[in-house]
Amino acid sequence: MKKYLKNTWDALWTIFIGMKVTWKHLFIPSVTIQYPDEHRPIPDRARNRLYVNIDDCIGCMQCQRACPVDCIDIKTVKALPTDELGLTSKGTKKALWVTQFNIDFAKCMYCQLCVFPCPTECITMTKVFEFSEYEREKLLYNFSNLTLSEVKEKEENYAKFMEKKAAEKAAAAAAKAKAAAEAKAKQEAEKKDNDNKPSSEEKDS
Amino acid sequence: MYDLLTNLLGNQIVAYVIAASLPLIFVLTFVLFAVLAERKVSAHMQDRLGPMRVGWHGIIQTLADMLKLLQKEDIVPEGADRPLFNLAPLLTFLGTYAAFAAIPFAGIYVGSSTAIGIYYITAVSGLVVAGLLLAGWASDNKYSLYGAMRTAAQIVSYEIPTAIAILTMVMVSGTLSLMKISDMQTAHFWNWWILGGPETGIVKFLLIPFMIITFLIYYISSLAEVNRTPFDLPEAESELVSGYHTEYSGMKFAFFFLAEYANMFAVSAIAVTLFLGGFHSPIGYLGHSLGIDWLIPVEQFFWFAFKGTALVFVQMWLRWTLPRVRVDQLMVICWKYLIPYAVVNLIIVGIITLL
Repeated sequence: MKKYLKNTWDALWTIFIGMKVTWKHLFIPSVTIQYPDEHRPIPDRARNRLYVNIDDCIGCMQCQRACPVDCIDIKTVKALPTDELGLTSKGTKKALWVTQFNIDFAKCMYCQLCVFPCPTECITMTKVFEFSEYEREKLLYNFSNLTLSEVKEKEENYAKFMEKKAAEKAAAAAAKAKAAAEAKAKQEAEKKDNDNKPSSEEKDS
Repeated sequence: MYDLLTNLLGNQIVAYVIAASLPLIFVLTFVLFAVLAERKVSAHMQDRLGPMRVGWHGIIQTLADMLKLLQKEDIVPEGADRPLFNLAPLLTFLGTYAAFAAIPFAGIYVGSSTAIGIYYITAVSGLVVAGLLLAGWASDNKYSLYGAMRTAAQIVSYEIPTAIAILTMVMVSGTLSLMKISDMQTAHFWNWWILGGPETGIVKFLLIPFMIITFLIYYISSLAEVNRTPFDLPEAESELVSGYHTEYSGMKFAFFFLAEYANMFAVSAIAVTLFLGGFHSPIGYLGHSLGIDWLIPVEQFFWFAFKGTALVFVQMWLRWTLPRVRVDQLMVICWKYLIPYAVVNLIIVGIITLL
């Protein structure tokens, strides 16, 4: 009987204690962070989406070579001597048009290995991690700031320049060959002359 | 209220229809906010925020949910017993709503001013069990059937302590009419039955502890009757998916939901009427002191809704405090604790009232 009454009392009393606890929690500020509106601070060394400051890129392709999953795809075209490319923020002279700088974030594994070799520090990690897409193609980011027509123009310019150079070279070579031929002919003629009238020197020797 | 409406509209039938649908409006608005309150209370008790997106702090979340449920496909399982499957949610809600007919919301409004109000409510609540059993049986699903069987066992068992607690109150007050019981507790809160009612002298003070015990017994067993945690075995998610309404979707599911929350208010309303002064104000009426007659029913309705909602809040509070009991513990609580206490309490209260 005593146990029975104690059970009853314990049941009611423990329920009361439990209710006290939940009542307190009712007024404790919640721990929820309303995610899309609020963000937790991202750690300083967090590795997220890459960003390329294309103005600083010299097209050295070191990042492409460093990438373990080959997600960086760079194409460059040599600049003409007359082109004005400007300097990087570190003062390095740029010699290449970066016609394509693609990073496929579907492949990227955020290892940060591409960041360290960059000589101009133009490829960096940002704090952006919300960039999901419905189509995989949209994850292919092109950082090059040249338009397609510009790329074509640069390529044509370079091709023309090379043609011109080749032509010049060919002309130079032809001129050289001609000069050489002339010289040879002259030499030969001289030789012939010499043959015709053997020199005293030859005899002497 | 009927007379007023009949005079106003000149047609008795229209007046009846309007008077009968007034609780429905109240129930719908109540459920709309109770569902949100449940989610908010549960969230804040667990240090979360709950719904925050729809409207200011998620205030119209329930409306959005309702819209979603309306658009959902109405699926009837292939093996289901179609007519019974469709009848079950209606019957469940009917049983709940029928109870509202005898609950006095204010001095001028009670659906049916029958002399046997509380008896009628106890009887008509049994219809809910039939509805739930039908739902479980017609779904052709083992979880639904288990849930329904548990519901039936639980509600039928807990009807006994509920009935004994109500009997105690009927014995003390000497009437079955809820309107008369309410009117006994008028004026101030020390006239509430939980504080000894309108009795005077030593009897009042002797009654108080036993009235509190009666209230606790009624409250605990009413929790079990509306299938709330810690007695939510019929819809124990971890064991039975969601019990008798596993197979229901769309509006039929919404009906079960509606019935559950309406039932919560119904049992709280009975507790308020029997123990906490019904619709009467605990501190006197502003309408009396200002001399504005029409203000009194409004105040009465406010107090009734306020007390009922407060008890519903305690139900939610208990739900998010206590874990679910086991089936055998459920039966132990009912048969070995609540019923003996209720019977002993009944006898003692009987002796006290003889004094």
